Amino acid sequence: MDLYEYQARDLFGAHGVPVLPGRVVTTSEQARAAAAELGGTVVVKAQVKTGGRGKAGGVQLAATPQEAQRKAAAILGMDIKGHTVHRVLVTPASDIVEEYYLSFILDRTHRTFLAMASVQGGMDIEEVAATAPEALAKVPVDPVAGVDARKAAEIVQAAGFPAEVAQPVAEAVRRLWDVFVAEDATLVEVNPLVRDPQGSIIALDGKVTLDDNAGFRHPDHAELADPAGQDPLEARAKARHLNYVKLNGQVGIIGNGAGLVMSTLDVVAYAGQAHGGMKPANFLDIGGGANAQVMADGLDIVLGDPEVRAVFVNVFGGITACDQVATGIVQALRILGDAAAKPLVVRLDGNNVAEGRRILAEAAHPLVTMVDTMDAAADKAAELAALTFVKGA
Amino acid sequence: MAILLTKDSKIIVQGMTGSEGRKHTQRMLDAGSQVVGGVTPGKAGQTVDFTGAALPVFGSVAESIAATGADVSVVFVPPRFAKAAVSEAIDAGIGLVVVITEGIPVHDTVGFCAQAATFPAGTRVVGPNCPGVISPGASNAGIIPADITGPGRIGLVSKSGTLTYQMMFELRDIGFSTCVGIGGDPVIGTTHIDALQAFEDDPDTAAVVMIGEIGGDAEERAADYIRANITKPVVGYIAGFTAPEGKTMGHAGAIVSGSAGTAEAKKDALEAAGVAVGKTPSDTAKLMREIVKSLS
Repeated sequence: MDLYEYQARDLFGAHGVPVLPGRVVTTSEQARAAAAELGGTVVVKAQVKTGGRGKAGGVQLAATPQEAQRKAAAILGMDIKGHTVHRVLVTPASDIVEEYYLSFILDRTHRTFLAMASVQGGMDIEEVAATAPEALAKVPVDPVAGVDARKAAEIVQAAGFPAEVAQPVAEAVRRLWDVFVAEDATLVEVNPLVRDPQGSIIALDGKVTLDDNAGFRHPDHAELADPAGQDPLEARAKARHLNYVKLNGQVGIIGNGAGLVMSTLDVVAYAGQAHGGMKPANFLDIGGGANAQVMADGLDIVLGDPEVRAVFVNVFGGITACDQVATGIVQALRILGDAAAKPLVVRLDGNNVAEGRRILAEAAHPLVTMVDTMDAAADKAAELAALTFVKGA
Repeated sequence: MAILLTKDSKIIVQGMTGSEGRKHTQRMLDAGSQVVGGVTPGKAGQTVDFTGAALPVFGSVAESIAATGADVSVVFVPPRFAKAAVSEAIDAGIGLVVVITEGIPVHDTVGFCAQAATFPAGTRVVGPNCPGVISPGASNAGIIPADITGPGRIGLVSKSGTLTYQMMFELRDIGFSTCVGIGGDPVIGTTHIDALQAFEDDPDTAAVVMIGEIGGDAEERAADYIRANITKPVVGYIAGFTAPEGKTMGHAGAIVSGSAGTAEAKKDALEAAGVAVGKTPSDTAKLMREIVKSLS
């Protein structure tokens, strides 16, 4: 789960990473009040989970509360790379002497953690890594030993921080590591970490990605989830514990196992090239236990996408038996009744496939077409989607 | 012969007294695996009845090894307790830990992988979030269905469970030496590279199918490794060409971040290393079929 800047700032603050005071608001009137309360010049910052908001006009200075209100009114509702701004963060404007960069990330390649630091902060760090790789220090962190004062000093030295800020930056490094470990994060990033004229070090903007698998250790993380910022179908699927990702295509996909479903999307896109460019409409993994209710929930979500013209159910019975899946499909169609009105292409293979196919053949549901292989079934589903696409247009 | 798992492997099941553990212990026994007991802290001394066997429950992995000579553990314990379970197995010096559990926090996985690495000739971890390892006809440690195919000359290493089953099914007439499900988490104990080298060293494996998916750079590194070290033919398949950037596709590790971890990049890297990459699973099986034909 990626957090908003203000949520990252809250976590930083809770673990002692120095941050500025600030108020998160959802209306321009509240922004005016926040600016008045903070006093002086403030920055009004769009809260969106994407980069490039500054360039898009989503970060603005305001000298007075009235100006903060006007700026907030302009920013709220703004679309930044497909993300609508629902909240702004109002913080005091700070004078910046220097901008630095600091992060801890999960290093998948080396199965460990990596500290990254640079005295060239403020810009996109991928750009720094590409144009001036020597300016970005990368220091592996032993996951067992962690980051103590000595390790923090090593990171600070590797990045070449000026001597006069080495101490406070090292302190920020240790605190940031606390956030990373205590909150089960896979990314904590401060960019920029700034030095103000008084010599203070402040985390001015940050990113945090939390590990969804660690939710059981962090009941408080549930509050950080953002249903409003989520696709409505994805939110509905999540409430039913279904693994669903909305895409922009016409062939709804239901399958078992993440790898097989990903592969199904690819095979459908490939087959769709011969059928007017039909594409997969979603990812939906119903997992191992494909019983009737799970199948009905899955179909309900997939058919809830108005763009879907046909559905491809692709199941390989490994542990799951195909007869159970077939029964699930038949019962699901009964549960959904008239709500299921799109053609369904079903491919079953593996464990108990003969019985599964017999059940579907016997039910002879008018919407269901059975096809024996994955490639041929994908082709059929794309063909049916293209047909209804033309008719519906 | 096979890799990682043979008919002589002695398996214990951590979490055997839970419903999943019990169900799959029965399936492993049915497949002819030598399951010699279970480990559940606090339940030492109990016995669990299976069709064809009554297995003892031990309170710790160390006790189970002392009593049975077990050299493989299969872990079914829930995410909350998984780190302690795996850590205990590594401490006890078991040779192979197969972690089936899905949903383990990645900080925990990094922790036990680091622990395993401090025992140089010690424990190999497979998974987590994986279907396990099967050497058809010899032994089965995990949840891969044993009746899909029999023993043969193909080795398989895959991040995905159902694609493993699909590929075993497509090539069931040829058969497999060993199939290794390495798991779809961002951090895993055994990589494509580890399995490829083991297959290279295995006289009974003639060719290898490797299945990858979006996220990370394991496939790119495997491609480099193949170019330098693997002489046996390798056929590849990558899932996730249509996956959007920034979305986790079912597996915790299956995510394209920015321009990194795309299926396209992985396919290109493998092809550049001389690996034939199939467009679909059945196309991949066809490529392997041709290779096997040319070898015999």
